[in-house]
Amino acid sequence: MKAAVIVFPGSNCDRDCAVAVERSTGAKVEMVWHKDTALPDGLDLIVLPGGFSYGDYLRCGAMAALSPVMREVIAAANRGVATVGICNGFQILCEAGLLPGALLRNEGLKYVCKPIALDVTNAQTRFTAGYQGRREVTMTIGNGEGNFFADRETLARIEGEGQVVFRYVENPNGSVADIAGIINDAGNVLGMMPHPDRAFEADLGSADGAILFQSALASA
Amino acid sequence: MKATVHVFLKPGVLDVQGKAVESALHGLGWADAKDVRVGRVITFDLASTDKAAAEAEVKAMCEKLLANTVIESYRIEVG
Repeated sequence: MKAAVIVFPGSNCDRDCAVAVERSTGAKVEMVWHKDTALPDGLDLIVLPGGFSYGDYLRCGAMAALSPVMREVIAAANRGVATVGICNGFQILCEAGLLPGALLRNEGLKYVCKPIALDVTNAQTRFTAGYQGRREVTMTIGNGEGNFFADRETLARIEGEGQVVFRYVENPNGSVADIAGIINDAGNVLGMMPHPDRAFEADLGSADGAILFQSALASA
Repeated sequence: MKATVHVFLKPGVLDVQGKAVESALHGLGWADAKDVRVGRVITFDLASTDKAAAEAEVKAMCEKLLANTVIESYRIEVG
């Protein structure tokens, strides 16, 4: 099993993601710099980490979405490689057009950083199969622009197709329909604001995030 | 040719920054300030001397990078 974590200038959860994936799954993890024009061969999982890529210039994730490596990430995602974007990674996936919608500033303008309860809305995905039988999991959020928005038509489509994967039990940021994470229609690209990479061992307060990485690689 | 692009959140998309600025204006005594929206202005020079061509070029830039049309609308001035 092999995973890659993409490192953008300003990423700050890249090492967390690497350690989380390694310890949760035993997979070999390679760090890939944003200027690289090729991904390692035989990847089973690509992780876009949290942080403030390019200083959040213009819009969160906007510059990162145009990084050289993103051409390869988009091609790999379109080939079906499991790809997860966490926090800033979610923003990048939306900006890159791999996921619908966008992330706005949090309602209330607060940066919210705390463990939070999530409803596993769809446990039938390759990322969430391990949560079957569990309705609620806990992971940490840490964002100022995690307020998911989609227009009414897009929202109806993703709700109808079961693309809403996680919802906040108590909405911390104004996200439409309490959405915390969504998946693409092909089922191989997941974006989520909560951090599974900050919840992969009991010592961190929750080990629920480990299940996500294990599910993603078990399905590879 | 000089290009100016104004980018704002679309009407109906909550502009929390605008709301905060509005409440600060009210706090300063300008109670009549309503529907404050905070946007961005991006300016640059273009080599093109043809106005229509420049507009088309800037429009492509907006669609590709300068605005996120899921949440934002934009207005272009060239000249």
